[in-house]
Amino acid sequence: MSGAHVSTTVNGDAVQFACPNDESLLDSLRNRVGLTGVKEGCGTGDCGACSITLDDRLVCSCLVLGVEANGKQIGTVEGLADGDKLHPLQENFIKHAALQCGICTPGFLVAAKVLLERNPDPSEEEIRYALAGNLCRCTGYDKIVRAVQATAKDLRKKSKKKS
Amino acid sequence: MDVQLSGPLRAAVGNQATITVDARTIRELFRKLSEQYPDFKPLLANGVAVAINGNVYRDDWSTTIPENAEVVLLPRIQGG
Amino acid sequence: MTDSTSFTNQKFKVIGQRVRRQDGMDKVTGRAKYGADAVAPGQLVGVILRSPHAHAKIKKIDTSKAEKLKGVKAVITSKDLPDHTDGDRDLLSMLENCMARGRALYDGHAVAAIAAVDASTARKALKLIKVDYKVLPHVTDVDAAMQDDAPVIHDWVRTIGVEPAPTKGSNIPMRSEFGHGDVDAGFAKADVIIEKSYKTEQTHQGYIEPHACLASMSPDGSGELWVTTQGHFAYRNWCAQLLGLDMSKLKVTSSEIGGGFGGKTHIWMEPIALALSRKANRPVKVVMSREEVFRASGPTSSTSIDVKIGATKDGRIVAATSECRYQGGAFPGSWAVIGAMTSFACYDLENVKTVGYEVVCNRPKVAAYRAPSAPMASFATESTVDLVAEALGMDPVDFRILNAAKEGTRASYGPTYGPIGIGPTLEAVKKHPHMRAKLKKNQGRGMACGFWFNFGGQTSCTINVAADGTVNLSVGTIDVGGSRSSLSMICAEELGISYNQVRTHIGDTAALAHNDMTDGSRGTFASGMAAIIAARRTKEVLKQRAATAWEIPVEDIEWQDGHAVAIGKKHSKLEPLSLADIAANTENTGGPVAGHNEFVADGAGVSFASHICDVDVDPETGATRVIRYTVIQDAGKAIHPDYVEGQFQGGAAQGIGWALNEEYIYGEDGRLQNPGFLDYRIPVCSDLPFIDTQILEIPNPNHPYGVRGVGETSIVPPLAAVGNAVSNAVGVRMTHVPMSPPRILAALEAEE
Repeated sequence: MSGAHVSTTVNGDAVQFACPNDESLLDSLRNRVGLTGVKEGCGTGDCGACSITLDDRLVCSCLVLGVEANGKQIGTVEGLADGDKLHPLQENFIKHAALQCGICTPGFLVAAKVLLERNPDPSEEEIRYALAGNLCRCTGYDKIVRAVQATAKDLRKKSKKKS
Repeated sequence: MDVQLSGPLRAAVGNQATITVDARTIRELFRKLSEQYPDFKPLLANGVAVAINGNVYRDDWSTTIPENAEVVLLPRIQGG
Repeated sequence: MTDSTSFTNQKFKVIGQRVRRQDGMDKVTGRAKYGADAVAPGQLVGVILRSPHAHAKIKKIDTSKAEKLKGVKAVITSKDLPDHTDGDRDLLSMLENCMARGRALYDGHAVAAIAAVDASTARKALKLIKVDYKVLPHVTDVDAAMQDDAPVIHDWVRTIGVEPAPTKGSNIPMRSEFGHGDVDAGFAKADVIIEKSYKTEQTHQGYIEPHACLASMSPDGSGELWVTTQGHFAYRNWCAQLLGLDMSKLKVTSSEIGGGFGGKTHIWMEPIALALSRKANRPVKVVMSREEVFRASGPTSSTSIDVKIGATKDGRIVAATSECRYQGGAFPGSWAVIGAMTSFACYDLENVKTVGYEVVCNRPKVAAYRAPSAPMASFATESTVDLVAEALGMDPVDFRILNAAKEGTRASYGPTYGPIGIGPTLEAVKKHPHMRAKLKKNQGRGMACGFWFNFGGQTSCTINVAADGTVNLSVGTIDVGGSRSSLSMICAEELGISYNQVRTHIGDTAALAHNDMTDGSRGTFASGMAAIIAARRTKEVLKQRAATAWEIPVEDIEWQDGHAVAIGKKHSKLEPLSLADIAANTENTGGPVAGHNEFVADGAGVSFASHICDVDVDPETGATRVIRYTVIQDAGKAIHPDYVEGQFQGGAAQGIGWALNEEYIYGEDGRLQNPGFLDYRIPVCSDLPFIDTQILEIPNPNHPYGVRGVGETSIVPPLAAVGNAVSNAVGVRMTHVPMSPPRILAALEAEE
């Protein structure tokens, strides 16, 4: 299998890697860039554990080829926190016990961040449908939805203060 | 004392539901049952649990059996 | 006193708080390391070739072409796994399940494995292995496998528990029977008798993290294994036994676990990874694909169950029987016996008889799944209980309350109950506002009860006090749902210090004495009990150190609120010493301070739950939505209520998936047709409502804090709770799980 050289931006940093043409971006990120926060649950785009943003679009990185990331902006769970300051979603996932085993958590955090950037005041139903591409087998989703609701509220309060 | 057996354990003691054994610990109970019933001993490899007055003991054979206690032998089963 | 495990009824400072979880930070930042996240220099990629046939003789495996491919470092078949099991049939079956020995017994059964420098080389090499199969007749249905004309899968299996002892091979490894009284006499007294047959389909635990491990074996017989597991000690012991290694030379380190639910209490490709590594003399990483997880790991039994219940007009059950036929996959050693034991565990019955048949089929060997075997039996019983109540014209909750087991009831599986929670959960159902909420057209409400034993087992732990007075607790039970935080709380409570002063870690197999797996809802129960004893021992050491420093007798010292306090007027000038004060000077008072405990955590308390479920069924499509769900369960004592609620909600969600959607679908060819999350659909976020919880606390007399296991019971009632709700919504009794849209439509049509 011939390969390609990929220049991309990951969590704001310039990153270069070489990969075979048939390698998924998920494998490139995990095995070549070293970002193992991106998880493989299925490899077929059904579980969302490998959710990342690609130029601000939420994608399953197992369904994207590594070579397709050339020239694009990638966002992963590793880029959510601002230095030692956690993203409010991360804070609320801990506070509301919205995780048990935690394997799905990176994907949920990335998907929820995209949701809240587009819709700062989602209804419960909107949250549930926005996160329907991410499977969790531990929590029954109850505390995840509550953590996202709490974050939406926190963020709205914050932006009100700013304005 | 009377020892009740349940489930597949009955087959090892000639299909009896209750047998009489004198024992002060689970270890003594198992030793005597193994002596009396040769088919019982291999069952111990897979585990036999003992309910003494309703409390189920799966592993600790040093557990003492009080006088007049209700003793029930159960298969040692697994959880998830 | 130090080692007593009796209930203390003490007042708590830390227990019951909702503190911040200690593994949270790593899990929200992506830093937590799971099975597939381990790396070793020079590691190879291991892949497994699997049988496409449900049942086939393996005539020949030609690996020569694969071996010659550049980059391939090892190829193994069962020939590389000689039999070290010394006549232990169960152990040999375990090895044979990891890799076929002459016969493939199910679609997905491993037949060969390869380690190569990278994934694409490994996959290419896999295609170069030639296997010559002779396809044999197969059977995948539990009732079909019990017929006389069914192909016998293992000619060495003789049914245990029948008289006379059989002399011929059979697909039924065991018949087990439980009960007491005289059911015939009981039924003769009954005014109403309901008899019904039920089926439940095979489901998978569905953990999101596939099985994964990194094995590193040296030619000298020593090695290491990093693996996602519910029990690294058990994995160590099994792998060492199967590969002929000294247990102490194989160090197993558990990774973070991405869900297990029982599925990670069994070994799968770990011995294969070790054998590949041994042959290649390089580290080998093996990660299952999701398809492999479905085809060759897990699942739980499919079942076929008959239940008969008789009751008198005044609402008393006078006799009950069940026959539970459980499909256990390709090898003996599954748990129809638990179906038989749990069938009527919720009820106080004078005459009861339950029979379990364990049945082998050409499907993957079943693995434990959260309260293994109990949900199916509960579905059959609780559906029939509703039918009896209906026939008597009684409210189903009142009917259950009238017949519920209580302290002093002889359980249907033998022993007499101590203090138990089934009555209180039912009373709580009766009072719950959910029961009074209005329902609309096409909606129905159901409720059901469930029981689980809970287990203890071998446990060890160590408490180490650091020089600044902070504390490490090392335990050997895997943390599947927050137990490290709960155990830190327990340690802090007992030492009288703050939660933030304690950090709990999982020790590897070389660091601690043996620990049984995290199964049977035992993690927080057993390691918690071990930690309490270890902490009490640590306090004894700390008191002795204070006595040495003060030059007074240790008898004059008490441990109060995390301090050594000298008691009595003569010591009134001695200021109490905090744990940190004592820790700061350990070198002058006798060296490092630690406390440890190794014991059997017997005395687990049984637990009960009652669930309420509302559904909305679309009569046009048969699609069902759960619109409201409530879990009420006895936890004994909730150490961290968030995590107890999490267990209640998670179990309910899995049960709802099982009830409505999830099922293994096999074709005529005996091959699994839906080995992926697209076609094997587990509940997603938009499928479920919020799941309300109510924690009851009826203390377990055999645990210092009253703790009962909580992890498993929550999956027992949902099948029947949803089943009763759907049946009430559509007016037709549903007897086949999952109640998928086609099954609901078929039931409606059959009724018309």
